[in-house]
Amino acid sequence: MEITTRGLWTLVHGMGFGALYLLACSGALVELWRRYAKDDLSPISEREEAFLRWYLLAMAVLAWITVLTGTYIIYPWYRAVPPVGTANLAGYPQRLLLSNPATSGWHSIGMEWKEHVAWLVPISITMAFAVFNHHRRNLRNHPELRATVLSFMVVSFLAAGIAGFFGAMLNKHAPVEGGPTIRVMEGESR
Amino acid sequence: MSSTLTGTPTPAAKAMTNGSGAAAVLAAGLGSFTLAATAIAADESSTIKNLMNFYHPTGPLSGVTTAAILVWIAFWIVLERHWRNRNVAMGRVGAIALVFLVLSLLLTFPPIADLF
Repeated sequence: MEITTRGLWTLVHGMGFGALYLLACSGALVELWRRYAKDDLSPISEREEAFLRWYLLAMAVLAWITVLTGTYIIYPWYRAVPPVGTANLAGYPQRLLLSNPATSGWHSIGMEWKEHVAWLVPISITMAFAVFNHHRRNLRNHPELRATVLSFMVVSFLAAGIAGFFGAMLNKHAPVEGGPTIRVMEGESR
Repeated sequence: MSSTLTGTPTPAAKAMTNGSGAAAVLAAGLGSFTLAATAIAADESSTIKNLMNFYHPTGPLSGVTTAAILVWIAFWIVLERHWRNRNVAMGRVGAIALVFLVLSLLLTFPPIADLF
């Protein structure tokens, strides 16, 4: 069982950081909606408050790592230009997709959207962390601010979902592969 | 408590003001919109496209995203300085910020971006 270095980076970027962000997003949305509503009269403990602060900070870090690895590590491999006359485009995912009208849309719509929309995620979640870190339980007294932060988080969830969906589909049609091979474990041969 | 878009100083309720939150929210909306607008500009103009090529392996995406992040942070710093001790009309500021964010989501969608 082997995996290439580029394949591993893609896995870590998408299935690691990106998927973890999506999972974390639903939890943060529920917590912020349920516990920080103005009409919720139950007291918020310092422990609960600290938990959400660290949770949002972790989400912001995840979002930044996801877009930075995607933009500066994986994307250059994806958009690499093959030498003139290259017949096998397997190592050049963008060119491989564009070489066939049946797959070109995955680049011209999928990747073109993904590469930009994903950046709305760290902006939104960094803002959400900053607002919560500043207001904390006082956010209950600012329902409009809380509603706006929640709306930004919903859009960030949607944007991360779009990026994740197209990332998975792009990797299905033209995987980013190459570089040194890592042998994960020895399989049985018959 | 009265409040306007530009803000009303409320020294008595300093700890309770929404200005910092509003600054963060509006800056995020403006930063997101800058990202979408710069991406469209780089797609339409070869001059801007070349200008945005900060890091060659990544291409213009490196400049588009870096520029948007810098603009976002700049807006945030300026708005924070103006609003941190004030109460602003959060409903209006939030709505404006959300309009910018939704526009960004739509404008990054290639079939819509290609209309420009």
